[in-house]
Amino acid sequence: MRLPLHWLGVAPFFIFALMFLILPTTYLVLGAFQNDQGGFTLDNIYALTQPSILAAYWISIRISLASALLGALAGFAIALAIVRGGLPNWVRSATMTFSGVASNFAGVPLAFAFLATLGRLGLVTVLMRALGVDIYNDLGFNILSFWGLTLTYLYFQIPLMVVIITPAIDGLKKEWSEAAATLGATNFQYWRMVAIPVLWPSFLGTVILLFANAFGAIATAYALTGSSLNIVPILLYAQIRGDVLHNPHLGYALAFGMIFVTGLANVFYIWFRTRSERWLK
Amino acid sequence: MKRSSVWAWVTFIVGASYFFIPLIATLEFSLRMRRGEYSFDAYRIVFGDDRFQATFSFSVIIAVFTILLGVLVVVPTAYWIRLRMPHLRPIVEFITLLPLIIPAIVIVFGYIRMYGSNSPLPFLATTWGTNALLTIGYATLALPYMYRAVDTGLRTIDVRTLTEAAQILGAGWATIITRIILPNVLIAVLSGAFLTFAIVIGEFTMASLLNRPAFGPYLQNIGANRAYEPAALAIIAFAITWGCMSVIQFLARFAPRSANRPN
Repeated sequence: MRLPLHWLGVAPFFIFALMFLILPTTYLVLGAFQNDQGGFTLDNIYALTQPSILAAYWISIRISLASALLGALAGFAIALAIVRGGLPNWVRSATMTFSGVASNFAGVPLAFAFLATLGRLGLVTVLMRALGVDIYNDLGFNILSFWGLTLTYLYFQIPLMVVIITPAIDGLKKEWSEAAATLGATNFQYWRMVAIPVLWPSFLGTVILLFANAFGAIATAYALTGSSLNIVPILLYAQIRGDVLHNPHLGYALAFGMIFVTGLANVFYIWFRTRSERWLK
Repeated sequence: MKRSSVWAWVTFIVGASYFFIPLIATLEFSLRMRRGEYSFDAYRIVFGDDRFQATFSFSVIIAVFTILLGVLVVVPTAYWIRLRMPHLRPIVEFITLLPLIIPAIVIVFGYIRMYGSNSPLPFLATTWGTNALLTIGYATLALPYMYRAVDTGLRTIDVRTLTEAAQILGAGWATIITRIILPNVLIAVLSGAFLTFAIVIGEFTMASLLNRPAFGPYLQNIGANRAYEPAALAIIAFAITWGCMSVIQFLARFAPRSANRPN
């Protein structure tokens, strides 16, 4: 008998993925559906609908969605400007380099940077006050709020979009716009009927990626707001540290809810993509 | 063409201001520690802080081990998938993308529950075990980037011919991987390594929940207790990220563009 030796080559990877990615996640998901005695229950999932937890999910989803959509649109505009805008070459290479850096500049330091900019003593706040506009009292702005956090998240969302979508825009073949022009299409028609349908799957995929990126992020929000803004990751963080919900299984349900939301986003993505691919054929 | 240039410039300048104003503001803030004049006092205090040195070196060491572990897990797999088991590629790619879908905080929560002191595999019972678990957690976070980097590198070389040539000359698998494949994808591996470094060095969630004295929790602690030092630390962190990305770009110049023969 021949041993299936060729499996040995991939065994370390699968064992690693199983032990440190799949099993720990499965453990939490199963725990979400169990009570203290280990029996099956839906109580934990039902407990997620209590107002404070539901509010946490709602604000998390709103911040992630807003920062993903705004980030994707702004990133797309910038990518379009550097690829198709007829800008000098250095602008493109500088933007790409900077985007690589900024998309990885997240977490605690990013919170510090925005506190120094838009915090109560931040440079922009102080300058605006000198100009007669108090963004805190007059405009009702607060860095520790929905818009404050969204604005901060955009600092890594926009560059991530630029990094991912620029190659896709590069991939638009010149022949397509020439062919469209030969057939008498206007620039607008070319974009509506050729370019956007081609770019749509990558655009949508990136929006989903940005959404998951913001939804799971905790360090920036925690350093920025402490625990004053109750988004889901911060609630889960507090639960892991000290069982603030007084029910370990509710903690599992909270984690399950996070995977459920990001997972659902991906299902939407796959659904949209298969639809658009069928349409492209 | 002239009109299209105008909107492109406007977009670029608006974008650039959004990205540069926070950097300028942070830099200005970090220099304001001494009343009435600009000084590097905040930086002097940060660099002189024992905890800065201790936590930063801790995170650097963890990052190095994370990179080694990542290479060990990813390179043989990516190679083997290309050479012998291309039908497994979709599954492997899906698994490497999972860390982008499952938030880091959920992964580390699973570790805490599964590998506690009373479990069959009590990683968390000892300090070394916890350090190992942190390294493993970081390797998981870096998996999507490491795998993509290595796989892109492998695409540019002719894996099959190189392997067969080495086999004809009598090389074993270990020799093939360490002396033929790894040197050929070294630039790709290094790119993945520096990206991993940039992600790991200031990571907060996992280090904090596993109670390790890493740089991320230190940053958070300073942020909660000091005024000017956080701004200085933000500038330092930005400089580190910039450094890593510059190295990656520099390395990319030496990367081969395509294989002599597509495989």
